[in-house]
Amino acid sequence: MPTTTARGAARPASGKASPPRSRRGPGARRTLAFWLFTGPFLTGLLVFVYVPILWSAWLSFFEARFTVTPSEFVGLENYRTMLTDDEFTGSLVTFTVFAAIIVPTTWALSLALALAVNRLRFLRAFFRSVFFLPTAVSYVAASLIWKMSVFNGVRFGLANTVLGWFGVDGIAWLASPDPPWYWLVIVTVRLWLQAGFYMILFLAALQNIPPELYEAAAVDGARPGWQTFRYITLPQLRATSTAVVLLLLVAAYQAFDEFFNLLSKTTWGRPPLVELYHKALGDSQDYGAGSAGALVLTLLICLVTLLQGRIMGFGRAEGAK
Amino acid sequence: MPAMSNSPWDRRAVLRAALGLAAAGGLAACGGNNGRGGGSGSGAGSGGTLVQYFHAYGEAGTEQAVKRYAKAYEEAHVTTQWITGSNFESKLFASLLTDKAPDVFEFHPQIQLVESGQVADLTDLIEPVKDDFNPADIRSHTVDGKIYGIRMIDDPQFFFYRKSLFDEAGVGVPRTLDELLATAAELTNDKVKGIYLGNTLHSIVNPLIWASGADTLDDRNEIAYHTDGVVGGFRTLRKLFTSGDLLLDAPTDFWDPSALNQGLTAIQWCGMWAMPQMQEALGDDLGIFPFPKVTGGGKQAVYNGGWSMFVNAKGRNVEAAREYVKWLWIDRKDYQEDWALSYGFHIPPRTSIAESADRLTSGLPAEGVRLFHEFGHFDNIGWTQAMITALEDVLANCVRKGGDPEAELDKADAKVNRELDKLFG
Repeated sequence: MPTTTARGAARPASGKASPPRSRRGPGARRTLAFWLFTGPFLTGLLVFVYVPILWSAWLSFFEARFTVTPSEFVGLENYRTMLTDDEFTGSLVTFTVFAAIIVPTTWALSLALALAVNRLRFLRAFFRSVFFLPTAVSYVAASLIWKMSVFNGVRFGLANTVLGWFGVDGIAWLASPDPPWYWLVIVTVRLWLQAGFYMILFLAALQNIPPELYEAAAVDGARPGWQTFRYITLPQLRATSTAVVLLLLVAAYQAFDEFFNLLSKTTWGRPPLVELYHKALGDSQDYGAGSAGALVLTLLICLVTLLQGRIMGFGRAEGAK
Repeated sequence: MPAMSNSPWDRRAVLRAALGLAAAGGLAACGGNNGRGGGSGSGAGSGGTLVQYFHAYGEAGTEQAVKRYAKAYEEAHVTTQWITGSNFESKLFASLLTDKAPDVFEFHPQIQLVESGQVADLTDLIEPVKDDFNPADIRSHTVDGKIYGIRMIDDPQFFFYRKSLFDEAGVGVPRTLDELLATAAELTNDKVKGIYLGNTLHSIVNPLIWASGADTLDDRNEIAYHTDGVVGGFRTLRKLFTSGDLLLDAPTDFWDPSALNQGLTAIQWCGMWAMPQMQEALGDDLGIFPFPKVTGGGKQAVYNGGWSMFVNAKGRNVEAAREYVKWLWIDRKDYQEDWALSYGFHIPPRTSIAESADRLTSGLPAEGVRLFHEFGHFDNIGWTQAMITALEDVLANCVRKGGDPEAELDKADAKVNRELDKLFG
């Protein structure tokens, strides 16, 4: 039975693989090399990530309007403001909707692309590059293309031209929140931008599945196609799938550019980062409340990531079942 | 160890995932280059160096012109930051907090900049030539008798329309907002939409208020926009928004003449700056009219916007910045005239220049100047960016989203009153 084959293969791997420590010899030169190579990165991390995080933690306890060096301590007031702010809590709902759409669609599309490219006999490198290329495009540039040429509201916009072939009237994709066509624009632009990157991850994982498994399955009578995919390919991709879902969630949390550019000056469709941007850097320049919101958000991301690790068993060999 | 490599959790798989994480982080960092954060201003205010901020004007040659003026100034080295994108004010406000702040910047008169000590008093620079300025441009920059900015250009905004399309449809120029809706409906066909108000519709908030016989704030700096007329106006706009006669999601916004020039719309709200481009594209097939009356007691309205020069009072070299502003925007009338008339059309705030401006004395430009004088409303310095945003949200929520104008205006009242308390409290 294919099921047992797959599971049986997975089981002996249980238990942490002890890293081959013997290869790492002690010595001052190695230490120097270590700092030499990681130093620049660590410095950048410290200056551009940790210091701002700590600074914003400090700011969040102060009344910091139009200044980043405040003096009026207000305790938890900023947190109370943000947690009772409809717009901020609403942005978390927007994010949830967004993540609920974008994570599964990107996962499915990038897996489908990887499977398709993996099957190619010719031009594999070509198609791999073609699908990967959008990853190199900036979100801002892509948003502008989506807004101004693909999904603009006039009759010669690409989407409206296609609709026109079927006799459907042109749609204003972004102007009106009802019906919420803007989600289509937001989701398609991100799909186009990121699917290729995750395709590469899946492709690497696919090529790492030992062909013996498929041979054994064939001997056992498994039909190629859905059956082998369901019982061999998918379980073998579990580690990559988990990583991809995790990455997608984090990326969805960080969504800013396309929302900011496609939905400028709206009061709806604002994910947390856009909301915080308006709060902290908008007209009120309220860095205290903005920082409080940012920390609440950070906490949420940590929680979700940990929870996901629990559920999907990321990083634990035991949970691989 | 064949079993090892078959495990979904083997070393390499985890490593790959970790690498993926790192790569994604790196890519995210690349994708983050969207103009957030300050620009790389070179040595602001150190010695003889000044930095000036301009928003990106749409007319060809404007950037070169600003840089040309700056280069001609001999007392200091002036570098120009040409800020593209639709949120000049956010970038300006954010950068003013940092030591990369510009020494000199263009903006609109807003009192919070004065209250927070951000803009320098320029009264002594303007005083000698005060009588040469349009009195309204002096008034809109004055707080407690001190003048805080120098007006560079006045930009009236009104409706532009295609005369030929009006003739074809057999309609005349609308005098009321209801007539405007009816006209737009007549003009709409499967090729052309009746009217275009910009993608966000925000630029007609103030004209709508004025044409309803209301105002943003009254003389005592209290809310004056929350009237039945304005509520009715928002309801009518919602009707227009859902009618199918309004051009939505055009590739260019209201300030760009392309929507009208390319035949996407028969009427467009735009500014006088775009008139030369429209005349070039459409010839005589072009007319203008003010925002029509919203209520019986209202009056047609034109928004006399524009841009002014301010000096950063917290800059490192305030005196040098004042000198530069005086040189360019008080003394060099040749440059002021070039700036107002050579690229787009702007009305020079200085009477001596406006009177000799041949390009504005006949035809459609002269008609624009007439609307500016007859129906124009200037900025109120007490009406700040936070209040502007509050009313833009009202428009977004009740015209685009379909909310109740009365409730939305109540919400805006709370925000505006909070600002008013802070400023005048």
